[in-house]
Amino acid sequence: MFTRRQLMGAAAALSILGGAGMAQAQEEIYIPLVSKGFQHQFWQAVKQGADKAGAEFGVKVTFDGPDNETQVDKQIDMLSAALANKPTAIGIAALDSQAVIPLLRKAQEAGIPVVAFDSGVESDIPVATATTDNKAASALAADKLGALIGGEGKVAVISHSQTSLTGIDRRDGFVEEIAAKYPNIEIVAVEYGDGDHLKSTEITKAILAANPDIKGFFGTNEGAAIGVVNGVREMKANVTIVGFDSGKAQTDAIREGLMAGAVTQNPVGIGYETVKAALAASKGEELPKIIDTGFYWYDATNIDDPTIAAVLYD
Amino acid sequence: MSSETSQQTKPAAAENGAKGGILGGGAQQKLLAFASLIVLVIVFSWMTDKFFRVDNILSILQATSVNGVLAIGVTLIIITGGIDLSIGTMMTFCAVITGVVLTWLGAPLILGVATAIATGAVCGLISGTLVARAKIPPFIATLGMMLILKGLSLIVTGTKPIYFNDTPGYTDISTGSLVGKIIPAFPLPNGVLVLFLVAAVVAWILGRTVLGRYTFALGSNEEAVRLSGVNTDRWKIAIYALAGGICGIAGLLISSRLNSAQPALGLGYELEAIAAVVIGGTSLSGGRGTVLGTLIGALIMAVLTNGLRVLSVAPEWQTVVTGAIIIVAVYADQLRRRKTA
Repeated sequence: MFTRRQLMGAAAALSILGGAGMAQAQEEIYIPLVSKGFQHQFWQAVKQGADKAGAEFGVKVTFDGPDNETQVDKQIDMLSAALANKPTAIGIAALDSQAVIPLLRKAQEAGIPVVAFDSGVESDIPVATATTDNKAASALAADKLGALIGGEGKVAVISHSQTSLTGIDRRDGFVEEIAAKYPNIEIVAVEYGDGDHLKSTEITKAILAANPDIKGFFGTNEGAAIGVVNGVREMKANVTIVGFDSGKAQTDAIREGLMAGAVTQNPVGIGYETVKAALAASKGEELPKIIDTGFYWYDATNIDDPTIAAVLYD
Repeated sequence: MSSETSQQTKPAAAENGAKGGILGGGAQQKLLAFASLIVLVIVFSWMTDKFFRVDNILSILQATSVNGVLAIGVTLIIITGGIDLSIGTMMTFCAVITGVVLTWLGAPLILGVATAIATGAVCGLISGTLVARAKIPPFIATLGMMLILKGLSLIVTGTKPIYFNDTPGYTDISTGSLVGKIIPAFPLPNGVLVLFLVAAVVAWILGRTVLGRYTFALGSNEEAVRLSGVNTDRWKIAIYALAGGICGIAGLLISSRLNSAQPALGLGYELEAIAAVVIGGTSLSGGRGTVLGTLIGALIMAVLTNGLRVLSVAPEWQTVVTGAIIIVAVYADQLRRRKTA
């Protein structure tokens, strides 16, 4: 069927292809980041930081994430696809802090360094975690809210996730700080809106109906915080709202005075530090276990300060 | 509060009168769904005094508006024996295109409203053509559309929300209150008026027009309709386009309520709408269904989610109870039908 010449041609072609592939593997450093999402402005800011580091260090960076923060299974698929491409190192923002562990173990066996970002993973496989100290950040939100309502009364928390580590840490950071420092503040509800604006709006309105005397709300991410603002606006309630992250709707609400203020992370810094750490790890450099990318409180008084404006996004 | 109950029973009485003859056993089926709704309201009111208050009832009605409009749209398609999985992301896509026209191009409000409805109608026209002419099963055709429209929303917006800050009056479509200007004690949100208006118009189409008659006929026996010389494809496409236009109205409602077109929203809304349709007694196998039933189904869903939250039931149990109630509601309907059959 095949002449010898054809076979030899095919073999030669294969060897060229193989050679090219190997040459490419040596030259190109490839670091995929598997995120929790890409549609929210927060993740776009993280991507921006990752792309910046990629351009700066001459590294090929890709950024991928599932549609919403409940799709743990889709994220696992994305992670295994990324690992199949034999990356130099990998960044992961785990939706579920344990579900990804088996795959990360595979990465470890293949000698691919793992850097966690945004959310930690409950394992010692990641060589470093570039993240906001979410518990401390939420404790700051609790202190601000506690002071604003005069240290007493009812408050509620609208969280964005019951399963991810950021959701858990932000809830616990807030709840624990209130319990430790504000004995006269009662947390009447902790509900989960999955970061969906409309769902968080309806939850807020139900909580307002159940507790007409409520004094404050804490929304743990952009979607949750905006949901609270919408719900409070629609019910014309007089409460103090504290949020998390930024986005135009949230910064507008703070400027208008509907929202007292919010804690912001440094998403661009998270993306940048993740790529930088992944590259360093692939060269065998020692890294600190936690790379704290920082957080800030902002309100109408300091929203236009250069340090704050630099970490806010629209 | 008394004005609240009259709001619900008035259209109920009107539609029962208008369509009882055409739909046969429809009245009884609506009665059952309506009874379930009343039972739920009574149970929640009995369990907490926070539930049956004007403010909370208005919240529930407003929570019904987006899902209700979507559900009414998909009711049409389900009666033909089809299904539309794309309504959630189509709603978002319509909102996004409206944002482009209003915020980016600075068009006047009325043009934005027309754009939303037209965008939905065009999307529906495409779905309908795929189903009727290309003979792709509705489940698959609309699943494809669902993904395409979701992607397009993200592409058009560059994944960023589009805000409506430059269009004065846009948020009034959903959250303003014309009723509140006349009766200050009962500021019924405009979004709910829109829902009732859509319900009335679609009920009229189903009960009184040729399009309505063919909608039921297609679901009962498409082949017979075709053999009697009717261009079934064309009617089917018209129904999908109409449902798409209704989706556009839902897009207006949600984006006006959030003062923004959120490109990432929409997935999952189709299932809530379909659940409302089914609770309302519309058969997934086609040929049977009513707008009023769907409206009641959507209200049941909203009452349930709101009531469980007001009672501070743990969030994980809220979803379990909601799922169980959907099954019970549909099973009760099945039992009733077996008895009458």
